[in-house]
Amino acid sequence: MGDQNNYIIDIEHLSKSFGDNQVLKDISLYIRKGEFVTLLGPSGCGKTTLLRMIAGFLQPDEGTIMMEWDSKGGKTEFRDVAGIPPHQRPLNTVFQRYALFPHLDVYDNIAFGLKLHGVPKDEIDTRVRKVLKLVSMSDYEDRDVESLSGGQQQRVAIARAIVNRPKVLLLDEPLAALDLKMRQDMQLELKEMHQKLGITFIYVTHDQSEALTLSDTVVVMNEGKIQQIGTPTDIYNEPVNSFVADFIGESNILNGTMVHDRKVNFIGHDFECVDEGFGENNPVDVVIRPEDVYLGYELEGAQFSGTVKSCVFKGVHYEMYVDTDSGNELQIQDYDAFEPGRTVQMLIHPDDIQVMKKERVENVIDCKVIDETHIEMFGEEFECKPIHSTGSGSVESGTQAKAHIQFSKVDLMDHEEEGNESGEVWFILYKGNHYHLTVKTESGEYVYVDTNDIWDKGDLVGIKILPEDITVETADEQEK
Amino acid sequence: MSKRSNWAIPYFIFLVLFVVLPLVLIVVYALQDGNGSFTLSNVTRFFTDSDALSTFAVSVEVAIENTLICLLLGYPAAYILADKNLNKSAVTVILFILPMWINALMRTLATAELFNVFGFTLGKGTLLFGMVYDYLPFMIYPIYNVLLKMDKSYAEAASDLGATPVQVFGKVTLPLSMPGIFSGILMVFMPTVSTFAISEFLTNNKIKLFGTIIQENINSSMWNYGAALSLIMLVIIGLTTILLGGDEREVEGGTI
Repeated sequence: MGDQNNYIIDIEHLSKSFGDNQVLKDISLYIRKGEFVTLLGPSGCGKTTLLRMIAGFLQPDEGTIMMEWDSKGGKTEFRDVAGIPPHQRPLNTVFQRYALFPHLDVYDNIAFGLKLHGVPKDEIDTRVRKVLKLVSMSDYEDRDVESLSGGQQQRVAIARAIVNRPKVLLLDEPLAALDLKMRQDMQLELKEMHQKLGITFIYVTHDQSEALTLSDTVVVMNEGKIQQIGTPTDIYNEPVNSFVADFIGESNILNGTMVHDRKVNFIGHDFECVDEGFGENNPVDVVIRPEDVYLGYELEGAQFSGTVKSCVFKGVHYEMYVDTDSGNELQIQDYDAFEPGRTVQMLIHPDDIQVMKKERVENVIDCKVIDETHIEMFGEEFECKPIHSTGSGSVESGTQAKAHIQFSKVDLMDHEEEGNESGEVWFILYKGNHYHLTVKTESGEYVYVDTNDIWDKGDLVGIKILPEDITVETADEQEK
Repeated sequence: MSKRSNWAIPYFIFLVLFVVLPLVLIVVYALQDGNGSFTLSNVTRFFTDSDALSTFAVSVEVAIENTLICLLLGYPAAYILADKNLNKSAVTVILFILPMWINALMRTLATAELFNVFGFTLGKGTLLFGMVYDYLPFMIYPIYNVLLKMDKSYAEAASDLGATPVQVFGKVTLPLSMPGIFSGILMVFMPTVSTFAISEFLTNNKIKLFGTIIQENINSSMWNYGAALSLIMLVIIGLTTILLGGDEREVEGGTI
């Protein structure tokens, strides 16, 4: 875990639910002094909830948040902040929609915190002017906050937070409301400010490029869980799972088989790689970044070939989609353009192949036995393959069991009524020759589906599973 | 004139017939004597008529008292109604607004009857009770509306910057709810100055309000003086509105 004295915040086993919806599941995370940490993830992944818990607006259901704390005697200690209200915590927040007080001018907005802490008037004056200068808003102190542009309001919001010299600055998607150019300028300024102030920044965003640009450490979150923690380069070059690979940058995510150490098979060919320890003939996910595939009409050492399907100029590089000889589609970026329709040869270097353990190879769903050919799953009744009774004879109704269903055996229907259960397409991953979908059922469980059909995120679908595709394994079988 | 602006014609006619014309008539009557010649005597008579002046003073006093009581009772009620942690159901809001659905006269008559049954002496106390009962929803609703629409992040930002819950209220929530308060004050103060039915039923005319003397004058065919009194009241209400900067704010938090 490293040097504990260096931590400013230590979060252990944090969980939080809103009603039936568990938004954070067992989050553990530590933050070093002076670090720029980004919580990155799609909307609904729990990143804002985590930030609000650190700020004290929400209380965790389980787990603890420890924070560096200046006690009265001038000593710093590490203490559990459970139950301590936001106004007593040594941190300040920059809110997503700024939350500048509309009844106060720029100066009074920034001086708000200092006045509350009884700082003498002269000192307030010097400090407010100093931060105004830092955010390049010196001439605006008498302005009405509502007369400012989005970018200027953003600067005032940052000034209002840092003028209090917090130990930690929390930023909740502070740039989300700005346009692209403005956002890029502010990113650089934020980074500069961070270096100048030496305060720890915890930054929430759903924008992966922002996270990679700004952070010392990126925490990738999804569905209430931390997926990966690492430096921007680590996260980009060595994603731990297909979610991270897909979320960070562009990538080709493909099904593969680990032949043996340092050799992996995907898109119908064997490739040398640098990964070890995945066993022999085990299914894996393979990530290839688009810029890591080398292309040529005639290429020395080519490993496979394909046909260029499309080629689009993207400013610095060309983006191409190539159908490989094995029928997979690859996204490739290159500085040279290759004509659509032409045959090209390709090669991938061993260290550009990122092999990841598959998170799952089939659906395993908790269910309850009704009788020998029926189970209750997602709160609905499903017919299944006859359940093998183990020794004692009949299968007891009400026993807990697990249903195994292959990804490709789950059918999605246009109309919700057509399926045994309805759900919403939650996450889509293109795997070169098919889509791997995550569907959230109405009962809140996840079903994974392999399909060639094109669905959009948020589509409402019926989920249909044929009886012969549901294999039920009872608890006693698992024990064996 | 484009086609769409033709749609405004019926409303224009309505306004002329039922708002502008009566106002003009009030001004004309107020500035005439019984024979129809121009005079300012009706207006000057008010300022020398000690009975009318004292009635006016009582009216304003009662209206101020009523407005203050409504504000003191109404603000906390609106605050509780708008807080999702304290009030989880829309039914409570409706219960507070429900009396507005029933004619004020009927409510006042019923209140008077209750006072009779329980043997209360009719007077200032019963008058204020009736007024607060009648006008409280008009104070609660605009404040509730403003509080409900207020972005929660203002309060969070204040608390994040070190404000205790009491300071959050005093320095952020209260100042930001001022438009609702102004609206409420206007909607309670203005009609109480001119009311007469409530004082008639709840004090048996023991306490006369400004509205009462207007009504008495008109009833006894003294149209010119009655019109002058109405005009004076209109000016006072107009001044109050301007003082509170009500015109635009009322739109924001005012009606249902």
